[in-house]
Amino acid sequence: MSTALAQTAPAFTLPGVDGRDHSLDDYRDAPVLVLVQSCNHCPYVQAWEGRLSAIQRDYGDRGVAVVAISSNDVASHPEDSFEQMQVRAREQGFTFDYLYDESQEVARALGSERTPEVFLYDGERRLAYHGAIDDNRDETDVTTHHLRDALDAVLAGEAPAVADTPPVGCTVKWRS
Amino acid sequence: MKIELLYWDGCPSYPEALALLEAVLAERGLDAAVELRRVETDEEARALRFPGSPTIRIDGRDVDPIGAASRPALTCRIYHLPDGRVSPVPSREQLEEALS
Repeated sequence: MSTALAQTAPAFTLPGVDGRDHSLDDYRDAPVLVLVQSCNHCPYVQAWEGRLSAIQRDYGDRGVAVVAISSNDVASHPEDSFEQMQVRAREQGFTFDYLYDESQEVARALGSERTPEVFLYDGERRLAYHGAIDDNRDETDVTTHHLRDALDAVLAGEAPAVADTPPVGCTVKWRS
Repeated sequence: MKIELLYWDGCPSYPEALALLEAVLAERGLDAAVELRRVETDEEARALRFPGSPTIRIDGRDVDPIGAASRPALTCRIYHLPDGRVSPVPSREQLEEALS
């Protein structure tokens, strides 16, 4: 796993589409915290976001928290504005928290490059899995469920068999 | 027949789109070369009316005329599939229709 990635979950306090601020400490009771670098506009994100909602639904009763974070530059991609994030979360019925990292500090701290890009932290908030949600943007062609497999392993107190996969998606839109 | 594929390196989808396009061309027995054009700046995107990567034009006509009207930008393009899903590349059906 690249050393450029945050090996422990970075501290943050970010506004959510629910109108509340969310901090890392707010998730202290979650045995697993899944941070997902995300956004609105990217077709790869749009292809996967329904699966992310399903994962939050399926694992929520075991305390897993899925948190999507958009850090994209709104000047170049206005469809990623906080207001548009709120619209998309409502329209798509997101089951997970969706936070806005306007300063891009969290994206830099994570070492993010793509959207979507998963960072799974265990109960000690150590990075246990990084990369893709699964192995195909077309849900009907998925053969390996990377994130679900990693969640199952960590919840069982084990290390994921696969701890790192290449994230496939759009680039994070950094400010110029 | 002039076939253009405009792309931006920041989006990983154009190799898949190119492979699909070449497969459809081969199936139809069309021996047309695909002209690849890399778009690198916002200015180029505006000048070329580039709504995102990849953009495929057959004799100047976008394979997805509705999506072609989107704001020019260095971004990944969204294609809406007939079943309601979205995709970063056009569907085989869209390419076949554009070539017919």
